[in-house]
Amino acid sequence: MVTLGTKRAARRPRGPRDTRGYRVFQVVNGIILTAVVIVTLYPFVNIVARSLSDEANIIAGKVNLLPQGFNLTAYKLVTSDPMFWTNYRNTVVYTVVATAISIVLTTCYAYVLSKPQLKGRGALVGIAVFTMFFSGGLIPNYVLITSLGMKNSIWAVVIPNAINVFNLLVMKAFFESLPTELEEAAAVDGLNTYGILLRIVLPLSKAIIATMVLFYAVSFWNSWFTAFLYLDRQELFPVTVYLRNLIAGATGAQSAGGVADADAVQAAATLQAVTIVLTTLPILTVYPFIQRYFVSGVMLGAVKG
Amino acid sequence: MTSETLRPPETGEPAPVAPAPRVRPRRRGWRQAVRRDWQLYSLAVLPLLFFLVFRYLPMLGNVIAFRRFQPGGSIFGEYWVGLRYFRMFFADPTFWQVFTNTLVLGALTLLFCFPLPIVLALLLNEVRTRKLKRFVQSVSYLPHFLSIVIVAAMVMQLLAMDGAVNQLVRATGGDGVPFLQRAEWFRTIYVSSEVWQTVGWGTILYLAALTTIDGNLYEAARIDGANRWRQTWHVTLPGIRPTMVTLLILNIGTFMAVGFEKILLLYNPLTYPTADVISTYLYRMGFESSNFSYAAAIGLFEAVIGLVLVLTANLISRRTVGTSLW
Repeated sequence: MVTLGTKRAARRPRGPRDTRGYRVFQVVNGIILTAVVIVTLYPFVNIVARSLSDEANIIAGKVNLLPQGFNLTAYKLVTSDPMFWTNYRNTVVYTVVATAISIVLTTCYAYVLSKPQLKGRGALVGIAVFTMFFSGGLIPNYVLITSLGMKNSIWAVVIPNAINVFNLLVMKAFFESLPTELEEAAAVDGLNTYGILLRIVLPLSKAIIATMVLFYAVSFWNSWFTAFLYLDRQELFPVTVYLRNLIAGATGAQSAGGVADADAVQAAATLQAVTIVLTTLPILTVYPFIQRYFVSGVMLGAVKG
Repeated sequence: MTSETLRPPETGEPAPVAPAPRVRPRRRGWRQAVRRDWQLYSLAVLPLLFFLVFRYLPMLGNVIAFRRFQPGGSIFGEYWVGLRYFRMFFADPTFWQVFTNTLVLGALTLLFCFPLPIVLALLLNEVRTRKLKRFVQSVSYLPHFLSIVIVAAMVMQLLAMDGAVNQLVRATGGDGVPFLQRAEWFRTIYVSSEVWQTVGWGTILYLAALTTIDGNLYEAARIDGANRWRQTWHVTLPGIRPTMVTLLILNIGTFMAVGFEKILLLYNPLTYPTADVISTYLYRMGFESSNFSYAAAIGLFEAVIGLVLVLTANLISRRTVGTSLW
């Protein structure tokens, strides 16, 4: 079942006798899917065009697919803001540290859960799975983190979401699919559990660990709310919170009604576009390479439930 | 995620089943288990500590919903006040407004974000050119990888007075609309951005399920004179039904927790009448009005409804179609 993703599709027999109706359908289908692609990509193109345009043209509502009045002023402005780079570095640090912690904890627990002979295994699985459907909620979590003294420290960002139960189940499924003979042989040779995990199991699990690293890294890279909630000082923010404050400032000004300084708001609009582009860029750059690992990871988890 | 693969216990696959000598007498004591497997147990200590402290302690922390809480005091509150905070929010008209908003947004999300991936998967399944299919898939997965902040920022840019949508409105002779300041537009904005971000990714499991359908079934259906449409109806859809049911249950489980983060980013006081949901309301109660116990009571209410919804959906689906999560 695990190899599901690589299996070729069971092809529907395509007789030569395609009806006229089916040929019409093929054309319509092509049009619909093209529309899906356009609708998905359009916002990206639009944002890039806005980020490269000058403000006068944006205000005039002329910027759509192509930059109007091409200039890089806004890029220079954003990249010359030291806080932007501080926050960008924070994102990288948080992502690396959080992913490392997550991988260690998830791997250990998933390995334990994958041992069918272990007494109390059902309870250990239950403890994890129950948290998928019931959680303490925002306020008790906040109270806990505060009273642990973790506010305004990196730990508030990297620890509270260290184990994702879905990822845990994916890993557990993978460990269960490994042949037990190797581990048994290693045990006979006198290797203890830690040795088996480190020297036998992990080298066989490089692919799944890579997938898990990607799962966690992308989710930590994208997260903002934990940081927003627990960090009060600007120099601790990840770049997502930097962007959030930028857009929140803009709506605040607009919803206040009488906008005194229209230029400032518009400048902010260009800056927003630039910040969006710069924050999205790393994801877009690695996306083509990581996408298939994600897909296979999702299916691995789904098949084993 | 089909019932077939979920049902059997973890040893369901033939390969990893331990050979006979491995099977020991069933009733082993804990002492013996610990002596034999203590190294395994030791690996579970840190993760267990994580779950107990960061998942189960907050669950217990919900007792502040029944107790007077003082910031800086005990995390379990000071003294009992019984159901005071629950009575408070049941009598609070704003609560019922955000409750209704939650149900409406949850229902709309379910209505669009559940079936659309199925439709897209079926359409993709009919594409004959492999490359084209893969290209459409890759593009449609992309939004899933974006931070919710980026999605919200994009929505704001597109809907700004000078944004793309208003350009279209003006081109067709209308006047610009400040969409994000209009309560009547919020639901449309929320649901369509949700569709934009989730539909492509949602097709993955269906496409996987589609590959497992036996080709002979289509052959048989064709011989029986079924056209493409009837083949889809009688073979394809029943083939992916377990996946549909499982995802439906999971969707229902997140029904109450409708996109808290996105709403927090996109709403403003002008759109509260339609945008404010339970989670955002309790966020403001907790962090803007510093009424922690009141907010915790609302949160507990929401979490319990969520749990009841999952359990009910699971039970119903087990009784009626024989598919369940556990």
